[in-house]
Amino acid sequence: MSEVRKVLIDPLVDNNPVTLQMLGICSALAVTTSLLPALLMCVALTSVAALAGAAISALRHRIPNNIRIIVHMTIIASLVILVDQLLKAYAFETSKQLSVFVGLIITNCIVLGRAEAFAMKNGVVMSFVDGLGNGLGYSIILIAVATLRELFGAGTLLGYPVLELTSNGGWYEANGLMLLPPSAFFIIGLLIWGIRTWRTQQVEKPDYQIHEVHRTEVY
Amino acid sequence: MEAYVSLFVKAAFVENLALAFFLGMCTFLAVSKRVETAIGLGVAVIVIQVITVPVNHLIFKYLLSDGALAWAGLPDVDLSFLGLVSYIGVIAALVQILEMTLDRFFPKLYNALGIFLPLITVNCAILGGTLFMVERQYNLPESVVYGIGSGAGWAIALIALAGIREKLKYSDVPNGLQGLGIAFIIVGLMSLSFMGFSGI
Repeated sequence: MSEVRKVLIDPLVDNNPVTLQMLGICSALAVTTSLLPALLMCVALTSVAALAGAAISALRHRIPNNIRIIVHMTIIASLVILVDQLLKAYAFETSKQLSVFVGLIITNCIVLGRAEAFAMKNGVVMSFVDGLGNGLGYSIILIAVATLRELFGAGTLLGYPVLELTSNGGWYEANGLMLLPPSAFFIIGLLIWGIRTWRTQQVEKPDYQIHEVHRTEVY
Repeated sequence: MEAYVSLFVKAAFVENLALAFFLGMCTFLAVSKRVETAIGLGVAVIVIQVITVPVNHLIFKYLLSDGALAWAGLPDVDLSFLGLVSYIGVIAALVQILEMTLDRFFPKLYNALGIFLPLITVNCAILGGTLFMVERQYNLPESVVYGIGSGAGWAIALIALAGIREKLKYSDVPNGLQGLGIAFIIVGLMSLSFMGFSGI
């Protein structure tokens, strides 16, 4: 049981797919201008990651090694089509807002990366849990970024006003930059800085060490 | 003609796939450590993008869209829900074909690109280009121009970032910001400067 918990909890902070494994960054940045599409995207990605993990792990002994990428792609693409159709049926407005990014879950490296690194070597249940954990790790980052961007960019959360805007007679002047692409990069960059200051074992080694030259070394 | 030039500029700079739509970010951050490899990958992406966008356009128009199968006597069939599977299949197949062609006729280029060629299949800039083409309903010449423009824009951004990161190796970055963190900040600044093109 503890192993299941470890697989589930580990990707949340210590081995987070976005900030440490550098996977699935594209959509993490693109859908976070407001909270609602971000939440929907989290649900979509987490379910695809978990189900794809389970499906690929169930088939792992039957997939020929040299065409495995194409097999993975087909399985993932079929799951994404399901999710896409469901979203179009039950949340049409938000799925329009997500535009191409639901389709891009196919090439989201979290799904394929976990299939390749974990599902091909482990059992069905563990792979399902691993997909779930990584999906949740991704969701944490997405929700954090989306909350910041919507709150400071538009003064709302999930569409409800939280900070009164000056245009409505309140006190908060909306920060338009938060809704533009660059702010997503800055927020994730700073988030990574924060996490790595807290968990120092994640710090990357510098490529090139600047060191003081002692006189004895020169001579 | 003018429309095509403006579409090219728009695809390459204003709506840069990497910096405005965040596509292909994983490869973008992973491969931008050295300029040489960045140039190789950039060229490969342009080539694939120029081929896949028009091919997927033809597939969408003559096989998948609503009523497209009228020529086969099936006017009521709408296969557009199969889009995602077909596009990714086309991309994977084309990458494979390109890989074999390069290996056979241009072994030097093939060796230079190495591992990056197969990785292009999972680059979301490629699939993203196709999906944008479908969503915006470009016609055939427009999708060719869009393919070139978006591929070139992505390559330019990648090579520029690689150039900056190569210099950055020698600077003293705070510990937690080392590597990925500082790369994000740089890309943010680049994206800010690319937004300046939006006036064109």
